[in-house]
Amino acid sequence: MILKTLASHLGEYKRDSILTPIFMIGEVVVEMAIPMLIATLIDDGVNVGDMHHIVKTGILMAVMALIGLAAGFCGAKFGASAAAGLAKNLREAMFNNIQTFSFSNIDKFSTPSLVTRLTTDAMNVQTAYHMILRMFTRAPFQLIVAMVMAFMINARLASVYLIAVIALSLFMTIVIKRASVYFMQAFPKYDELNESIQENVSGIRVVKTYVREEHEIGKFNTASKLIYDIFIKAEKAVVMAPPVMNAAVYTCILVISWLGAHMIVYDELTTGELMSLLTYCMNILASLMMIAGAIVMITMSSASAKRICEVLDEKSDLSNPDKPVLELKDGSIEFENVMFSYHKTSEEPVLRNINLKIDSGETIGIVGGTGSAKTSLINMISRLYDVSEGVVKVGGLDVRKYDLDTLRNNVAVVLQKNELFSGTVLDNLRWGDENATLEDCKRACRLACADEFIEKMPDGYDTRIEQGGKNVSGGQKQRLCIARALLKHPKILILDDSTSAVDTATDAKIRNAFKNEIPDVTKIIIAQRISSVMHADRIIVMNEGSVIGFDTHEKLLETNEIYREVYESQTSGSGDFDEVGGDD
Amino acid sequence: MPAPRSFGMKTTVKNPVKVLARILKYVGKYYGFGFLIVLAMIIVGVYCNIRGTLFLQTLIDDNIIPLLGQENPDFGPLIHNMINMIVIYGIGVASTFVREYLMIYITQGTLKRIRDDMFQHMEKLPIGYFDRNARGDIMSMYTNDVDTLRQLISQSIPMLINAVFAIVMTLVSMFVLDIWLTLVTLGMVAVVLFASKKIAGGSGKYFVKQQEAIGKLDAYVEETMTGQKVVKVFCHEEKAKQEFKELNEHLYESSYKANFLANLMGPVNAELGHLSYVLCAIIGGILAVTGVSGLTLGGLASFLAFNKSFSMPVFQISLQMNSIVMAIAGADRILRLLDEPVEEDGGHIDLIRVRKDGDRLTEVSERTGHWAWKNEKAAGGAALTELKGDVKFEDVDFGYIKEKQVLYDINLFAKPGQKIAFVGSTGAGKTTITNLINRFYDIWDGSIKYDGINISDIKKGELRRSLGMVLQETSLFTGTVRENIRYGRLNATDEEVLEAAKLANADYFIRRLPDGYDTVLTGNGASLSQGQRQLLSIARAAVANPPVLILDEATSSIDTRTEHIVQEGMDNLMKGRTTFVIAHRLSTVRNADCIMVLEGGHIIERGTHEELMEYKGKYYQLYTGGKTE
Repeated sequence: MILKTLASHLGEYKRDSILTPIFMIGEVVVEMAIPMLIATLIDDGVNVGDMHHIVKTGILMAVMALIGLAAGFCGAKFGASAAAGLAKNLREAMFNNIQTFSFSNIDKFSTPSLVTRLTTDAMNVQTAYHMILRMFTRAPFQLIVAMVMAFMINARLASVYLIAVIALSLFMTIVIKRASVYFMQAFPKYDELNESIQENVSGIRVVKTYVREEHEIGKFNTASKLIYDIFIKAEKAVVMAPPVMNAAVYTCILVISWLGAHMIVYDELTTGELMSLLTYCMNILASLMMIAGAIVMITMSSASAKRICEVLDEKSDLSNPDKPVLELKDGSIEFENVMFSYHKTSEEPVLRNINLKIDSGETIGIVGGTGSAKTSLINMISRLYDVSEGVVKVGGLDVRKYDLDTLRNNVAVVLQKNELFSGTVLDNLRWGDENATLEDCKRACRLACADEFIEKMPDGYDTRIEQGGKNVSGGQKQRLCIARALLKHPKILILDDSTSAVDTATDAKIRNAFKNEIPDVTKIIIAQRISSVMHADRIIVMNEGSVIGFDTHEKLLETNEIYREVYESQTSGSGDFDEVGGDD
Repeated sequence: MPAPRSFGMKTTVKNPVKVLARILKYVGKYYGFGFLIVLAMIIVGVYCNIRGTLFLQTLIDDNIIPLLGQENPDFGPLIHNMINMIVIYGIGVASTFVREYLMIYITQGTLKRIRDDMFQHMEKLPIGYFDRNARGDIMSMYTNDVDTLRQLISQSIPMLINAVFAIVMTLVSMFVLDIWLTLVTLGMVAVVLFASKKIAGGSGKYFVKQQEAIGKLDAYVEETMTGQKVVKVFCHEEKAKQEFKELNEHLYESSYKANFLANLMGPVNAELGHLSYVLCAIIGGILAVTGVSGLTLGGLASFLAFNKSFSMPVFQISLQMNSIVMAIAGADRILRLLDEPVEEDGGHIDLIRVRKDGDRLTEVSERTGHWAWKNEKAAGGAALTELKGDVKFEDVDFGYIKEKQVLYDINLFAKPGQKIAFVGSTGAGKTTITNLINRFYDIWDGSIKYDGINISDIKKGELRRSLGMVLQETSLFTGTVRENIRYGRLNATDEEVLEAAKLANADYFIRRLPDGYDTVLTGNGASLSQGQRQLLSIARAAVANPPVLILDEATSSIDTRTEHIVQEGMDNLMKGRTTFVIAHRLSTVRNADCIMVLEGGHIIERGTHEELMEYKGKYYQLYTGGKTE
């Protein structure tokens, strides 16, 4: 199953994958033929003093060597290309598939795990495939050819090799089996050790504050002793392999020499043939070791292959409708009996029986405690998740009828956990609209109150944003993200707690700008601070997945107890001092 | 605020030989004797192999050819020769075994020691080191670099030594057999080495390029995956695919070329080896047939065998070159970590338990709830000063790096039990001040006094023991909840842990965890919410029960209800202690004894809430939100 999935991504490298083993076999044939030539060179050339024969065979050998070189060259080229190509295709397929993922697909995989799959795992598969194409065709073929040749020279002597091969295979199987048990134990322990180092590196301030250096060193030494013991055990399980291999080679040489000497004396074998037989000894036993090594490598990479396939096989659970609607009429939103759960098996739905009607151009606030499903609610609007039951309509039409890109370009969401990407400020803004002019961008930034600090930056709009937006403050980042969303010229703009790090005054200024400059856009604002939403046309109050209030600020203060409580607790001086006013 | 980070850790190794020598010395220090035996075993092994090759000469020349055509061949000499060989081969096998067996202990033992040394050393490094170097870079030393070192010690070094001995011994044997043929062989070896060097150089270049390409791809993927939801929201998928495709193509290109050239090494070495063989066979054939140089048929056969076994170690060396270079780079990074200067102490004043009888302090060993600073070096014998929690900054200047001063002329004092709040924007220097109190960093100028004692005179460990810290970024360790709380004081009883948890408002949620206080936490308490982690670190500080506290309030990612609980826990903890708090909440600030408003490393305003509101300066603007720029 895994192999089939992987093989289907060979693509244009199928040819190379087929050619590699062929050339590898060519190389082996040459390598095997040379001992034969050596035999005749010695027997019919040197022994009888036939200079002509020596030169003739020598030239033949040289020609063979050149053919071998050519085959080796091609094998090297096609093998490297096929393996690197497979890895390339796998990475691309994974990445492209991830781009089709819906939010719920994305939730399933963590970022580090995806990064590992795209880099380390793909590399492991490349190495293993490289090994399969080259070693795994070469070694068995070499073994068989050498064996056949040996048998052709002398069946009785060659049977010594057969016995050795069988005995060594049995031995190797046992060793690999025994060792793998220990290594399987060792690797997780090794990961644990590294995790504890990681903890110390990131928690060094705590370690030092509580003066726990010695304590941590003691803990570490115990853990590293454990690793040491396990690895010693594991390595001891394989320690017999090289001496046994040596013993097998030596035994073969001695037995062949002994029997061979007798046969030569009784004229059943020539000295040249004996020499050839002895050359094959190394070939046969070395290829056996290569096979064993390759098997270990391939087994180790099978975990990587599995992890890659998990990404490749993941199917997006959102899809475009057959005849998608490419035009969004207006910014009205309607929820009809909407139920939603993140997992089909969940007992309690996250959103419960939501019925809402929002007119185009309205400004709506959403408040509610953590876990009250505010974000889940707005995720339905741009179809980041599909409802479990009921219908969400935008512009009077079920969101599932729209083309996904059309819908999302018209419904701009500024996510709670927002990201900037490395590149200039302008590059980041143009995510909203690729063709936006500098003037467009400046206007959006003015609306989002981002223009001032951008202009103060060393290179203004051409200032580079570092990865993850590390060189801008939380409040600046949020304002840039709002500007980026504005550039999409959406019909609906959703801000999910997007001004939490912006001071109250700036927050108010942004809200005013929205009101005056983009009055037709439906604005939905999720906030922790009541002050951010109290001026909205209407406010949705959420609690445990239900809408428990949907009215103006004044009305809610009168009728909604939870709303009143939160409002009072926030106005009695427990506001937020974070990033106050001065992040520029 | 951390000082600027060094950009990656990629530097070229200046003195590879020295690095290699230091690693060998390191191995030798603990396993010198074992390593000598391994060396001896390698020589024995090489010798046995050579004897094996020579055996074939005597086999054909002395034991087989003389018997040809005889009526009753005498196999006596052959038997004798065979027994000899059995003994030699037996020694060879035994030496392989001893070598492999010892290498396990040498390799794993050295790795254990180096890991332990690295960790031990790392724990003693100043905070500055951790602020300067990216976590990933430090981690990579423990994983990647230690791993390449394992390869170096267990494979590359023995193989290199083996190859060198094999080359020398084979060379000697070949010279003995025939000088001319040896010269021919050497000539071919030069060609092989030249070709190998060319190919390996090209391959190495592309391997470096491959690593760079992986790095770039890795960074791109990480960034895109982290922002994957943003990518979706902005329908940016096609563009991302395109950009990825380009990076992916680069990676393929360099990976393909690197592997192609690496693959080429084998066939080039083998086929050039064959050509060398052919040359020797033809020239040797002429010599043997004409009998010019006394080369016998068996001698030629042996020589040809040597010729074959000679190309093997040469090939091995060329194969190992790449991994040796990589391992040396890794070893260099490890050594540089070990060479990194440790945190300097310089303090001599201890913290001891005392009994207090009126004003008299007596040193005791049992718990009394009272502590004192003990200055052994004081004039007139050991002086005791009671630990009260009085902290004073006088004209303190500081910067993380020489070129950039962060704090200017900081003057402040906290009387025992007072609460000092720091307010100001990101980068104003709030965290920096707290970094100085516990000597995570040392000040440039001025002085910080603790109960009237200059903190640079107090032993660092003792100073830190008297300071509790709750940071915004919580760090929990793998282990149970109980163990994590007890981290504050290792000999705290279960009751004390419980008490601390209650004080911190953490008891309620802990009891609801699957195994209560025995719930095992992993991955920095990934199963807990940010607020819960914060509560645990408050409990940890509570169990340590220090007279002075440093708090970095965290509120940004906590919802209002949890925030309330955390706040209460913090308030409980602050009671009766000198507290420095980096304030994010208005309520914390309001009841502080003194509020410091920081801007650009200067204290621009100070006073109580009322005073500052009256003053109508920056604080007033911040508090009322009246400032908009």
